[in-house]
Amino acid sequence: MKFLRGGTWLPPAVFGAAALGLWELVLWGTDPEGFVLPRPSEIAIALGENISEVWVASRVTGFIILSGLAGGVVLGAVAALVVIRFRTANETLTPLAVAINAIPIIALAPLFNNWLGITSPRSNQAVVVLLVFFPVFINTARGLSEVDDEQVELMQSYAASDWRIMRTVRIPNALPFFFTALRLVASLAVIAAIVVEYFGGRQDTLGNIITQNAQFTRYDVAWAAVVAGSLIGIALYFAALIVERIVTGRYARATAEA
Amino acid sequence: MAQELVLEIAGLEKTFNPGRPNAVTAISGLDLSVRPREFVSIIGPSGCGKSTLLRLVGGLIDPTAGDLSVNGRSAQEARLARDYGMVFQAAGLLDWRSAIRNVELPLELMGWSKSRRRSRATEMLDLVDLGGFASHYPSELSGGMQQRVSIARALSFEPALLLMDEPFGALDEMTREYMQAELLKIWRETATTVVFITHSIPEAVFLSSRVAVMSPRPARIAAEIPIDLPERAPQVRDTEEFFRSVSLVRRTLRSVEHE
Repeated sequence: MKFLRGGTWLPPAVFGAAALGLWELVLWGTDPEGFVLPRPSEIAIALGENISEVWVASRVTGFIILSGLAGGVVLGAVAALVVIRFRTANETLTPLAVAINAIPIIALAPLFNNWLGITSPRSNQAVVVLLVFFPVFINTARGLSEVDDEQVELMQSYAASDWRIMRTVRIPNALPFFFTALRLVASLAVIAAIVVEYFGGRQDTLGNIITQNAQFTRYDVAWAAVVAGSLIGIALYFAALIVERIVTGRYARATAEA
Repeated sequence: MAQELVLEIAGLEKTFNPGRPNAVTAISGLDLSVRPREFVSIIGPSGCGKSTLLRLVGGLIDPTAGDLSVNGRSAQEARLARDYGMVFQAAGLLDWRSAIRNVELPLELMGWSKSRRRSRATEMLDLVDLGGFASHYPSELSGGMQQRVSIARALSFEPALLLMDEPFGALDEMTREYMQAELLKIWRETATTVVFITHSIPEAVFLSSRVAVMSPRPARIAAEIPIDLPERAPQVRDTEEFFRSVSLVRRTLRSVEHE
């Protein structure tokens, strides 16, 4: 894997460290109290001091993110399969999916809280699922439909059934599209889950740590929770990338090198 | 008598969107017979319906009228019986499968065991001189090599009829001539019956035992020219007989276009 080899991770690591150093230095000179923006060192200290609270919240929010992500990805992929396989489903489901996507879903969070119970994880999960669904659906459907005519005609000349063509040609063709969507929604799910928590609900969440501490100008603690959220997002992104490499394997490398 | 023909077409007609204002009759009153082990090229002005004819023969689309039988069966029956090996202008390989697994694809669909599949596919890759490229992916192969994999795939299950739609149309001239020689070698070795669509006159003459010339739309076979070359080696392209045949096909094509 290229990104794990020394040559490729070193430059971004050096750049990241330099950016953090600059952040530290500039604020050390201009904003020593950290009113506007805490220094990286202050955030690190706040993270250390509140590690148990942030850890518990990361697990609560992380569960929402993971379960919502899984639900949305499965729904999106299944809907794409159904839509490509059955024309009538395409005519009804696709406009519906587009309509759902046009709704500012995060703005519906307070309503979901009322419907599904403000302390229940269901309302948070529902928002994440809806937000994740569309990119997965649209990308997968595109990958399933954008196959070469020759490949389909060839399969027909071998008397292959529609399901066989789906399995042998369409689904493998859609995998890169699906994984692109997966990487995209991995970070989207983190944003959605945390923003929904701004609207209330349980106390032990990352979103709640951010809003509560921001209110009392304990920015360093709020930032510590942001760091935890970022780490979840980065972990999910790389998990998606690794799954992609495993699934597409040798073919992906052959294509990348060609 | 009918049993002795691999392909028998009589009064074939294909109209797209019949009965609608945008109806187009692509083919009308087309007759053609192909005997076993023949190599028949079909040549005609562009847009005359050559590919439509091939898709009708292959049972990928249905005719509006007329008779079409392959070894005494309808095109649909023949397709379901896997009588056809098809090769298109685009190699149509599955990018995520290695060369050998692309060749194995039709065999897989026919339920061959893994070991039988593997040994046949290896044989076929050797036949097209790609024995050393079995585990290469299409993106790692040149256009000519991809097309050879595609031919190996089409021949792997010994189809009754090999249907080729401008298979070398996307290749450069040098590769093209090389591929033509390869195809003839394979044709001789496998004793396959071939229907070959092309818009290149020298290609049709070099490859075929017979050239069928199509008229403009609505297309029919306007003329059939038997090609009798002493030997089908690349040097034959520089002989008097070759030029005479090329010129005959060209004049026929021209007269058909201005009918």
